[in-house]
Amino acid sequence: MSKLPDVRSELTFEDFKAALTDHQAMVEANRCLYCYDAPCIKACPTGIDIPSFIRKIATGNIRGSAKTIFDSNILGMSCARVCPVEVLCEGDCVDNAAGIPPIKIGKLQRYATDRAFEAGWTFYQAGPDTGKSVGLIGAGPASLAAAHRLRRFGHRCTLYDKRDVIGGLNTTGVAPHKMKADRSITEAEWVLSIGGIDVQTGVSIPDDLTWEQLNERHDALFLGFGLGADSALDLPGKDLDGIEGAVDFIERFKLGVVDLSGVQRAVVLGGGNTALDAVRELITLGVPHVTMVYRGDASNMSGYAHEWDAAKTEGVRAHWNAQPIGYVGEGRVSAVRCIQTSADKRPVPGTEHEVPADLVLLAVGQAKLGELVARLDGVAVEWGCIVTDAVGATGRPGVYAAGDCRNGGKEVVNAVAEGRDAAIAIHAYLTGADQDA
Amino acid sequence: MPDLTSNTAGIISPNPFWLASAPPANSGAQVQRAFDAGWGGAVWKTLGQPIQNVSSRFGAIQWMGQNGVGFNNIELITDRPLDVNFREIYETKKRYPKHAIIASLMVETREEWREIIKRAEDAGADGLELNFGCPHGMCERGMGSAVGQEPRVNERITGWVKEFANVPVLVKLTPNVGDILPHGLAAQAGGADGVSLINTIKSIIGVDIDRFVPEPRVSTKSTNGGYCGAAVRPIALHMVAALAREPQFQIPISGIGGITNWRDAVEFLLLGSSSVQVCTEVMLRGYRIVEDMIEGLEDYMRAHDFARLDDFVGKAVPAYSEWGNLDINFETIAKIDPASCIGCNRCVVACHDGAHQCIHIDESGKTHVPFVDESECVGCNLCQIVCPVPGCISMVEVDNGYPPATWNEHVNEGVQVRPKKGAH
Repeated sequence: MSKLPDVRSELTFEDFKAALTDHQAMVEANRCLYCYDAPCIKACPTGIDIPSFIRKIATGNIRGSAKTIFDSNILGMSCARVCPVEVLCEGDCVDNAAGIPPIKIGKLQRYATDRAFEAGWTFYQAGPDTGKSVGLIGAGPASLAAAHRLRRFGHRCTLYDKRDVIGGLNTTGVAPHKMKADRSITEAEWVLSIGGIDVQTGVSIPDDLTWEQLNERHDALFLGFGLGADSALDLPGKDLDGIEGAVDFIERFKLGVVDLSGVQRAVVLGGGNTALDAVRELITLGVPHVTMVYRGDASNMSGYAHEWDAAKTEGVRAHWNAQPIGYVGEGRVSAVRCIQTSADKRPVPGTEHEVPADLVLLAVGQAKLGELVARLDGVAVEWGCIVTDAVGATGRPGVYAAGDCRNGGKEVVNAVAEGRDAAIAIHAYLTGADQDA
Repeated sequence: MPDLTSNTAGIISPNPFWLASAPPANSGAQVQRAFDAGWGGAVWKTLGQPIQNVSSRFGAIQWMGQNGVGFNNIELITDRPLDVNFREIYETKKRYPKHAIIASLMVETREEWREIIKRAEDAGADGLELNFGCPHGMCERGMGSAVGQEPRVNERITGWVKEFANVPVLVKLTPNVGDILPHGLAAQAGGADGVSLINTIKSIIGVDIDRFVPEPRVSTKSTNGGYCGAAVRPIALHMVAALAREPQFQIPISGIGGITNWRDAVEFLLLGSSSVQVCTEVMLRGYRIVEDMIEGLEDYMRAHDFARLDDFVGKAVPAYSEWGNLDINFETIAKIDPASCIGCNRCVVACHDGAHQCIHIDESGKTHVPFVDESECVGCNLCQIVCPVPGCISMVEVDNGYPPATWNEHVNEGVQVRPKKGAH
């Protein structure tokens, strides 16, 4: 595994949500009602026993608190930072119904898990060796969660990732005001410290290693390779300089340095959470004018309302109900040609106009990588996503999938939940436990 | 991994956390769910001639947004048929052979005691707990605290029980006495293998000020109930410690009273309890609280390098002493950490109005941090208690040059004590 460079553009970012002090954590933990069969647990894709971990903070049992979190979600430290708690656990806190601010569950989870990392606590040991081996494609959250659970069962694991760094989007894609790349790698290494997980980076499947070779090496395969490159728009002027994919741009400034000194006006195309991350990051990186161009408006964009509220506060502007139809410029882009859209997002003839831009980031989706598995008989792909049953089994015995390559692109916490559950299913497959059922 | 195995007078349980005899231990289904959650033992809801209860039965103190910091009840012993209770004890014990089930008993005549002890032992109870403590309803019928308040009656009935019993016998003591010692010693004299304390405290939890009826209200009247919950813990701790430090008192103690978490439990263990019993916190939050209690206790033991409970049961007892043995020359003063002070001035008003007028607002207006006049500070601790920020105010020992001296040494041997502070 190669190390991150010491100088990275992301290092200039400060935490958007500050960590809790001991005092704050104690006050907040004591506010929790310790609900039974709590809505916050149901809202968490990994089902963390939130009331219990919060009560343990209140009693001073921080170690137990962290264990409660990791028992359900081994990536609980990063999820505490990157989860959209506003629409998950905190959004369903019963205090909302009472008109009282919800418990700061994300911050309390960060408090407990940060303490665990500071203290160097470990909670899990690998199970006795089963002699079975699982190959996991991708080293992101889904695969890390799966590999950790598989090791607890005693199966040997190998992670293959095409990048030099592990952690997947947690390392390369998370907005640095939530978490920086080094924190993700620290977490991944903590997960790997259970031992018995071989990590092979810089390996592309199936180019460097074929499915046949993987099948020979392993008793089961886990597909957790996420999504592919940013989707492009096939518009006039698309080859001008200064037009690039948002996910690719984010990865570049998280893992290295980007120079935005000449950029005065940046435009981000899209209305999802990648677009919202990109606009907030551009303005923090010092671009004076940052505009989000979206076919709809704030009421129907797929990005989270709380993220847009924060972006607005930071000075981002939106150009709603506009669709790009081309790029203008000589050599480098100077504007995006747009047309207004109606309420149902259809172009309105005669409304063509230009939005000045010397940098354009495309946040209109990422390629689905389902075709990577085209050579695997029995694995079905729909709309680019790998088709599985509820626990991640594909149509091919011994091949499982989880995370973005299965769900088309959700949160880290979804990938962790799917990876964990697929690992339990793989264990049943490898040990024949599912045959007994 | 520390060993949490608990032994109280020969009653063995996988950990020291028992359900107290109360509604959470009312039935087999409940006790079995509690064992699944992690409880090490259960003292079954008191068995005797089944009674009829009233409604409502519970009252609570609401304090700072927390309901139930103090709690009381006017519920009586079991209202379920005895044969049902004994069958469920049998079934539960069969399914959970390593967990402790203690039958709490309350009957009147010698013959009734003989009969119910046999039935409890036949059902598989690991021990018996004699309910000599209930301070409401049953005492009017000559049982419960009516027995516990009379050392001679306590000793006599304990003696009967020991005649019949083959399993360990704990006597549950009432706190509704002036001094717990004669009552603990009476149980010991009667042959008890151990005691458990405290039962609830006679109380009126509140008054409905618009209906002019105390609470909990039963139609147009109420009655005194048994007070329990976190608020009674200091009373329970004292009574446990008073027995634990008495040289003549030689039998084990099961501690009860306001235990809500692992920390509370550790306090009881340090003052001499071999096991602890919990009711109110389970009633308020469920059996699930025991997970934190077990983890917290294990963590505490690891931190102190204790391998088993006996390594620290009673460890704080020698430090519980008479006032006359305290070192008068030991001196502390308050220190305020300017970095963590948030400027609420609660220490100032507490010191000015409630203590010794030695913490003052900075009149220069340059800082929001109050200052302590160290020459006047008597080290009373009030400021630290009212401070909302953990760790902001600490009580720091000062070297005043005087060697340790107790009041008793001063009076009896003329040892020099330091000059008084703040007494002008």
